[in-house]
Amino acid sequence: MKFTLSWLKEHLETTASLDEICAGLTRCGLEVEGVENPAAKLSAFRIARVLTAAPHPQADKLQVLTVDAGDGPLQVVCGAPNARAGLLGVFGMPGATVPANGMVLKVASIRGVESNGMMCSTRELELGDDHDGIIELPADAPVGSNYAAWAGIDDPVIDVSVTPNRQDCMGVRGIARDLAAAGLGTLKPLTEAYRIDTLDVPRTGAGPAIRTDDPEGCPAFLGCTVSGVRNGPSHPWMQAKLRAIGQKPISALVDITNFIMFDLGRPLHVYDVAKLSGPLVARKARAGEQVQALNGKTYTVDPTMTVIADDHAVHDIGGIMGGMESGCSDTTTDVLIECAYFDPASIARTGQKLMLTSDARTRFERGVDPGFLDDGLAIATHLVRALCGGTASEISRAGTPPVAAKTVAYRPARTLGLAGVEVDEAAQAAILTRLGFTVTTGDVWQIGVPSWRRDIDGEADIVEEVVRIHGYAHVPSTPLPRAPGVARPTATPQQLLERRTRRAMAARGLNEAVTWSFLPPATAALFGGSDWTLENPISADLATMRPSLLAGLAAAAKRNADRGATSVRLFELGRRYLTGGEHLTAALLLAGEKRGRDWATGAATGFDAYDAKAEALAALAAAGAPVDRLMVLPPVDGWYHPGRSGRLGLGPKAILASFGELHPRVAAELDLKGSVAVAELFLDAIPQPKSPKRSRGAFTPPALQAVKRDFAFLVAADTPADALLRAVRGADKTAITDVRLFDRFTGAGVPEGQISMALTVTLQPGAASFTDAEIDAISASVIAAAGKAVGATLRG
Amino acid sequence: MTDTLQADLLSAIDAATSLDALEAVRVGALGKSGSVTALLKTLGGMSPDERQVQGPLLNGLREAVTAALAARKAVLETAALDAKLANEKLDMTLPVADAPRGSIHPISQVMDELAEIFADLGFAVAGGPEIEDDWHNFTALNIPPEHPARAMHDTFYFPDQAGSEKRMLLRTHTSPVQIRTMMTQEPPIRIIAPGRVYRSDSDATHTPMFHQVEGLVIDRDITMGHLRWTLETMVKAFFEVDDVTLQFRPSFFPFTEPSVEIDVGCSWSGGTLSIGGSESWLEILGGGMVHPRVIANCGLDPEVWQGFAFGVGIDRLAMLKYGMNDLRAFFDADLRWLNHYGFRALDVPTLSGGVGA
Repeated sequence: MKFTLSWLKEHLETTASLDEICAGLTRCGLEVEGVENPAAKLSAFRIARVLTAAPHPQADKLQVLTVDAGDGPLQVVCGAPNARAGLLGVFGMPGATVPANGMVLKVASIRGVESNGMMCSTRELELGDDHDGIIELPADAPVGSNYAAWAGIDDPVIDVSVTPNRQDCMGVRGIARDLAAAGLGTLKPLTEAYRIDTLDVPRTGAGPAIRTDDPEGCPAFLGCTVSGVRNGPSHPWMQAKLRAIGQKPISALVDITNFIMFDLGRPLHVYDVAKLSGPLVARKARAGEQVQALNGKTYTVDPTMTVIADDHAVHDIGGIMGGMESGCSDTTTDVLIECAYFDPASIARTGQKLMLTSDARTRFERGVDPGFLDDGLAIATHLVRALCGGTASEISRAGTPPVAAKTVAYRPARTLGLAGVEVDEAAQAAILTRLGFTVTTGDVWQIGVPSWRRDIDGEADIVEEVVRIHGYAHVPSTPLPRAPGVARPTATPQQLLERRTRRAMAARGLNEAVTWSFLPPATAALFGGSDWTLENPISADLATMRPSLLAGLAAAAKRNADRGATSVRLFELGRRYLTGGEHLTAALLLAGEKRGRDWATGAATGFDAYDAKAEALAALAAAGAPVDRLMVLPPVDGWYHPGRSGRLGLGPKAILASFGELHPRVAAELDLKGSVAVAELFLDAIPQPKSPKRSRGAFTPPALQAVKRDFAFLVAADTPADALLRAVRGADKTAITDVRLFDRFTGAGVPEGQISMALTVTLQPGAASFTDAEIDAISASVIAAAGKAVGATLRG
Repeated sequence: MTDTLQADLLSAIDAATSLDALEAVRVGALGKSGSVTALLKTLGGMSPDERQVQGPLLNGLREAVTAALAARKAVLETAALDAKLANEKLDMTLPVADAPRGSIHPISQVMDELAEIFADLGFAVAGGPEIEDDWHNFTALNIPPEHPARAMHDTFYFPDQAGSEKRMLLRTHTSPVQIRTMMTQEPPIRIIAPGRVYRSDSDATHTPMFHQVEGLVIDRDITMGHLRWTLETMVKAFFEVDDVTLQFRPSFFPFTEPSVEIDVGCSWSGGTLSIGGSESWLEILGGGMVHPRVIANCGLDPEVWQGFAFGVGIDRLAMLKYGMNDLRAFFDADLRWLNHYGFRALDVPTLSGGVGA
């Protein structure tokens, strides 16, 4: 919401400086977003008179002028068609910067004739769009004076951000009221602001035929006509005010409605009576009805929307935008002024549906003052008569505005109780009164809410009003009560798991990334497809929710590779979004070089599925998963290399992770080169340990040293190593404490189709050392178990 | 005679330049038919008196030779090892393999820092779904369907689901966690709720996904004064400065009343921001007293329970503390950026070790 300092002072009697006013605005909740004085960039432009004008000797379209800008005649070359002797205009001295293009004026020769400055157009000074000629000023403009000061544009423009609850401050008067309440002056009576004695505008003759057939969407509709008006450009003071806040003047009738909207927060609409037929009715739109709005676009309205229509057409998308057909033009002589109250929710729905925003909608959907219809119409009628002439009719009324008196019970002690600020009761009452509330004191105060404060409906709102005007600076700093002793731990088991996993993965050399929760649908499809597609994505690339964290990491790996990264180790902790809910997941991706080319190790090596498995196991261990009990299950997800991937689980129904090489087809789709090792850990599937006991069991190291025995087995080449290892481990659960595969060999001495696996078995004696017979018995059971489980035979 | 022999042997020992030569001397002296062995054998044929004299002499001879042999052997072994090691010399300037250096993302680090600070103030960490329904995200927070504030939020919606009254959306703030907490937990409540939030907005300072932390305190006598203290305490601890001034400005959030926007005092020198003082103001937080209707919506009696809530952007806090200037880079996973702005795995924020790294 923009306004100028002088505009504010039309409503606010104040001696406060600009800085004081700005500080006051922000202090009472109207945050100042900017202050700009348009005169600042015009300080070097003066009022000048053209003394003589003669054709340029070298150019048909140029003239050579002599100009007096207060310091005697200067020669100036000018291309404006309206430049002529006697004209008063705006002159830029050498050294001045032209606002519109940033050009610094200097003495220059134009086609061989010296020019000492420039006569300016409104567009060059950014005061309007007119560039057909130079500015022409009235005969009484003082030559040599600063133009901006004379033109009254030496007037700071203040831009405040009005929160959606404060419709009353969507007009300058409401802002003035808040400032007055905050002690920055007094609010002038409305009649004084408009320089009239009374709001009782002279009226004769019957009002127009109007009706509301939609009392929900348009509960009240007031109208009157003014006959015999002359429409044309509005008065310069009104144009200047509108321009100053970035509004384009259109015609007197339209400018009046705009001016009142910005001045009083009261949107109005004016119809050209000549273009109406029959009564003007607020009603629900009929299916398929169309209206060409004043922005030039045609909208199809539907029966949920309120419109204003006559017998043959829709003329207004109620409360949002008027129609082109009945808009006022230079030929308008009779005008109908509409001052209506539209239901805020209905306006919001219609605006959202039509995707149509307007200054009127912004105000109506926040709820304009239902008690200001008569005064609004009176001011509008007054201005039309004053600026365009004409005779006003009586007011026609349809429906009633929702002006039920609202009273809020308020305990003044709540200011201390809720805001922590002690404000004296008399001061509280004074603040509320200045804001327009009525105050009836007692044990519990009864606060009458002014009709323009739709946002107030409870005690907390009154506390805010009092404290806001008293000043939030008075809110003290009150320590929260602290529980005795050292602060208790607050992290949940899941939060601890997350933190440990994250830091373990970083400690292993992986870089944590945070990638979008969104994916392009085609990418999501590579990872099983998304269960959640946005209705209104910001772009097609961010349209579906990720079913896997791998896609985001893969895209990140690609970006890094494109930037020249040779080795990418990334991980992310975040959620996957599935139909059944959101799942906390950790994912990792290893791409490029595992080890670079090096003098000690030779050629570079890439990552493989075992690297992914190692990282997955380490992260699961950090997360507290019982890694000793994990089994490797075959892969199921199509985005993995079918022969080089697997799942880690405590059983087929308790899968904790998947790992492996990315399917080469998927990698190719994602434009990734070389083998890419990935893993996803399903952190929410990891069983949570019971509440931990701090004390550990007693330390009982074995009394005797363990012994090791080696076995080499021949097995079928497709035997999973884990099957052999598990069988051997299970051969004697007491004595065997560890089994390790130390060699895996095919070739000379190993029959075709078989493989040799050599194991070291660790045997832990109990109270007494093993005898040879005992060792032989254990060996026999190892060989038997291996034979039984996987058909292994001891290699000769 | 023994004197001469001893002198000869000791000189032969000294003259031995290799372990082999030394062994030859040893065998020649102390071996089965060595010169010293031969002399020792003569002791058996001596008279007791003669033996009384010769015994100590010969034993002395043997001990002197043995000791000289051992000493010489040690010298020769040392020399041999030195010679061997001299041949084993490697170029110690050769580079060794680099271990990959991992990193923690600044968002995670800042979340951990906040969790640590607020744990000391008695706040637990709460969470909730990112795919929310419009009741939790809006209605329960006193934002009815047509409220302009809904439009303000630039919400991402999911298509209507058949048979469901609820409109699903991506939460636009972490405030739904307030609702979920108040509906499942008996007051008094002190929580923070960090997490991802979404708005359909994208430019240099806005990304469609970002991170917020919500704070909520519900008790019997909580006022805006507690809100000021809590945030002052948090800002002091987080930015590790003592001189912190907060400026409270009236504002509007449908779910708080009174509502406040909070600026932190700061200064700019040479284009660098420092938190502290009151030279300039930086808007960082929004909050207020939880609206009585919100409390009632959660099934609590607003005449009994009251409190404050606040929200702050985590990414923004990270930027202010650690100096990043482009929000979009947070989500780009550029390894160069992660290495530059990331944290080491063991930089765990603690109260004793500090909450900054």
